[in-house]
Amino acid sequence: MANKRYDSAEAALDGLLFDGMTVAVGGFGLCGLPETLIIALRDSGVRGLTVISNNAGVDDWGLGLLLQTRQIARMISSYVGENKEFERQHLSGEINLEFCPQGTLAERIRAGGAGIPAFYTRTGAGTVVGEGKEERIFNGERFIMETALTADLALVKAWRADDKGNLLYRKTARNFNPVVATCSRMTVAEIEEFVPTGAIPADAVHTPSVYVRRMTHARINEKRVEKLVTRQED
Amino acid sequence: MPWTRHQIAARAARELEDGWYVNLGIGIPTLVASLLPEGIDITLQSENGMLGLGPYPTPDQVDPDLINAGKETITELPGTSYVSSAESFAMVRGGHMDATILGSLEVAENGDMANWIIPGKMVKGMGGAMDLVSGTPRVIVLMDHCARDGSPKFRKTCSLPLTGLNVVDMLITDLAAFKRTNRQGPFHLVELAPDVSLDHLKAKSEAHFTW
Repeated sequence: MANKRYDSAEAALDGLLFDGMTVAVGGFGLCGLPETLIIALRDSGVRGLTVISNNAGVDDWGLGLLLQTRQIARMISSYVGENKEFERQHLSGEINLEFCPQGTLAERIRAGGAGIPAFYTRTGAGTVVGEGKEERIFNGERFIMETALTADLALVKAWRADDKGNLLYRKTARNFNPVVATCSRMTVAEIEEFVPTGAIPADAVHTPSVYVRRMTHARINEKRVEKLVTRQED
Repeated sequence: MPWTRHQIAARAARELEDGWYVNLGIGIPTLVASLLPEGIDITLQSENGMLGLGPYPTPDQVDPDLINAGKETITELPGTSYVSSAESFAMVRGGHMDATILGSLEVAENGDMANWIIPGKMVKGMGGAMDLVSGTPRVIVLMDHCARDGSPKFRKTCSLPLTGLNVVDMLITDLAAFKRTNRQGPFHLVELAPDVSLDHLKAKSEAHFTW
C-alpha cells in the first residue's frame, strides 16, 4: 500500500509550499481546525498566501497565527469576527478580504472538488454579494452565478483515519473539513487517532481515501473552546 | 408596556408547529429554544453542521468538538445527525427547513432585511445569514422596534446593505407582531404589546402596514 503517513507535519508539507499559493483550511471557529498543520505552515515561512477558510481564527490561535506573521495576503471567508489583528490589517489595507456567504462558500468549495466550474444560487441576489456577477432568472426568481474554488493545498483535521486514508470526523468538528478535503489535488490531513485499515466500517467513511494524499498525527490537539456555555446539573 | 426580550422570543415560539425543522440565530432568537410550547416537537438546526440541537452542556458534558453556529458549547439529543457545511446549507438552500428566526438591524415594508453591516463598525461578515433568509420558506425576524437613537427600524426601504431581498414573512418587535401571508402583500399587524396603542406604533414605524 502506498504510504501516506508522514512522521511530522513538517514532513507532510515538505515540497508542497510556495509563496503566493492558495491554501484551503477546514474548521469552523476553533472547532475541527488542523492545528498542527497550521503551525507547521507558519513555521515554514511561506508568504503571500490566499487562504480559503470560513473563519480567520482568533488572535493567538488557528489562522490568527499566520496573520500575526503577515503570511496571508488574501482571505476568502464568511465571518472574521473575534480577531483584532485581522481587523487592523483589513482596515489598513494590508490584507485583501473577500466575504462569501457561508453556504455559498461551502458550495463553491464542494463544486471545486467535484469539477463543477460554477453554479447559480439565490443567496446574495440583489445584495452587494451579487454585484458584478452574472444574474439569471429561473422560475421567476433571481439567481447569481458563483464560481468554484480550488486550492493548491488543502489542510483538514480528522478524528480517525486508517492507513489507506479513509477519514472519519467527530461531531461538529466535521464542518468544512469534508468539502475542503476535496478541493485540492494535494490534501494533507492531520489525524487524532490512526486505526487499522478496515477498522472504519466501509459504510461509515466520511472522506474516502482518494481525496487524501498525505497524513500526519495531530501532535498539537488543544481543541480550544471559543465560547464555553454551561447549564447547572438538572 | 413593550414586550421584553423573553416575551418577544416566547411570541416567536408560538409560531412554530409540531414537526418543524428550525434554525435559530444568535441573540433573542436563541431564547426561543427554551420557550417551545409543551408537546411540540421541533428539531433545531445549527448551520455549522448539526441537526437536532440539545441544551447547553453541564460542566462535565462539555465537548470541544460539539458547538453551535454561535461557537457555544452544546449537546446532542437522541436522533441528532451531524453533516458537513455543504450538506447543512444544501438543506437550507434546497428549502427543506420550515423556518428561520433571526435578528435584524432593519426590515423594510417590502420584506427586505439588512442585518450584517453595522455602520461605523468593522464588517465581520455575513456568516450564514444570507443563505438562511434566501433559502428558508418562513423567515421570522425578531428585533427592537426602534434603534437606540429612537429611529424606526421597520422602514420604507432599508438604508443599510441588504442581507436578503423580499425575504421576511413575520416581524416581531418589542411593540408588535406583523405577518404577511404572501411575499407580494403588505405586513399586517397581528398583535400589539400590552398598552401599546396603534397610534404609538404608527408613530414609531416608517413602514406602511395594514391592521
